[in-house]
Amino acid sequence: MIRVVLPAHLRELGHLDREVELDVVGQATQRSVIDALEASYPVLTGTIRDPVSQRRRAFVRFFACEEDLSHASPDAPLPDAVATGAEPFFVVGAMAGG
Amino acid sequence: MGGVRVLVGTRKGAFVLSSDAKRESWEIAGPHFAGWEIYHMKGSPADPNRIYASQSTSWFGQLVQRSDDGGATWRPVGNDFRYDGVPGTHQWYDGTPHPWEFARVWHLEPALSDPDTVLAGVEDAALFRSTDGGLNWHELAGLRGHGSGSAWQPGAGGMCLHTIVLDPSDPDRIFVAISAAGVFRTDDGGETWRPVNRGLRSEGIPDSEAEVGHCVHRLARHPSRPQVLYMQKHWDVMRSDDAGESWVEVSGDLPTDFGFAIDVHAHEPETVYVVPIKSDSEHFPLEGKLRVYRSRAGGNEWEPLTKGLPQANCYVNVLRDAMAVDSLESCGVYFGTTGGQVYVSADSGDSWAPIVRDLPSVLSVEVQTLP
Repeated sequence: MIRVVLPAHLRELGHLDREVELDVVGQATQRSVIDALEASYPVLTGTIRDPVSQRRRAFVRFFACEEDLSHASPDAPLPDAVATGAEPFFVVGAMAGG
Repeated sequence: MGGVRVLVGTRKGAFVLSSDAKRESWEIAGPHFAGWEIYHMKGSPADPNRIYASQSTSWFGQLVQRSDDGGATWRPVGNDFRYDGVPGTHQWYDGTPHPWEFARVWHLEPALSDPDTVLAGVEDAALFRSTDGGLNWHELAGLRGHGSGSAWQPGAGGMCLHTIVLDPSDPDRIFVAISAAGVFRTDDGGETWRPVNRGLRSEGIPDSEAEVGHCVHRLARHPSRPQVLYMQKHWDVMRSDDAGESWVEVSGDLPTDFGFAIDVHAHEPETVYVVPIKSDSEHFPLEGKLRVYRSRAGGNEWEPLTKGLPQANCYVNVLRDAMAVDSLESCGVYFGTTGGQVYVSADSGDSWAPIVRDLPSVLSVEVQTLP
């Protein structure tokens, strides 16, 4: 079970709590976690990564275990603490005001 | 007696303003989609309860929302806007090739007779169609691929397809306008397109009378005379009497012919409204006086309409999609400002009053005239 913390706009869009729990197929990576998130909550499809290029949106960051994982490969394994559910995977809107 | 429903898109959400036909007392609902940019909302002419809304942010991309109950409740529909084939390049601001990249939906135009069919004008400029109520979108690629796309360039707001004009007498004829490319027309339902910009003159492009490259800000037409089009260009107010085949300038005695919004009276095809803006860098009214100008002669001769509008220290803008008219017996005219005011005139522009004064910056205004 993977825990994912979502930003306020996406929680409101999906009528979700701050944190959602996901069953991820195979290894826990950025890609597999977002795949599982979009499968469970289709309304979020395209909001975190571009639906065509599948790249993380420019104003979205991924944090976990007090590290910025935004620039890691989408297929790199996430930290064990995220994979086991001990720590959440944070999807964060960039702190750019607006 | 009927009434009106005004759909207001803002930088931070959507608002629905409702009134009876007197248009004096208003109910304000919203914000819907708080915190998101709502570039445009528009209702279906065939079913006024069906409304589409374009919702986006730079953070989380594009969504399209749909209401089936007149804006009371909404649900997200499809947001996969995928260009057909390899998109290629257009010009960047500096003239270098730049790949086509989807950014947002600027304008949604529901079909005249089918609530489930809707067109979307997007940035980077392209036209998409849905025939299933917004669930799935398919590009009408003949527009972007007709041949001049590599010469299109962005205006200050991006390279956007911002205007879609349907022809009530011919469902196969559609006009679109793109900043900064110009006007394009199809006569076969969107399969093939050609530029219709003869007569436009623009500074800032190598050939001022080029076939494409003009920064057209907005088109308007009266449904009874689909051959007649009015245009607010970057500079110049223009008119075509032959469905865009040729254009003549009708700026006439306007104090400045820069602007964004333009619209036509619901019952008087020769009565046109614009909001003159000082210049392309000073996006506010001349002398701090917010004035709508009306021509009852189809252009050239314009009169300022000021009653009820601020005539001192007003430095707001009125964006291209932020003016609309209702079709009640006494035609109502509406516009929204970047300062968050939405004004109504229930007497064809003779006098004005604010419906609301303090919304977020207004991006778009549409009106539904209800039975």
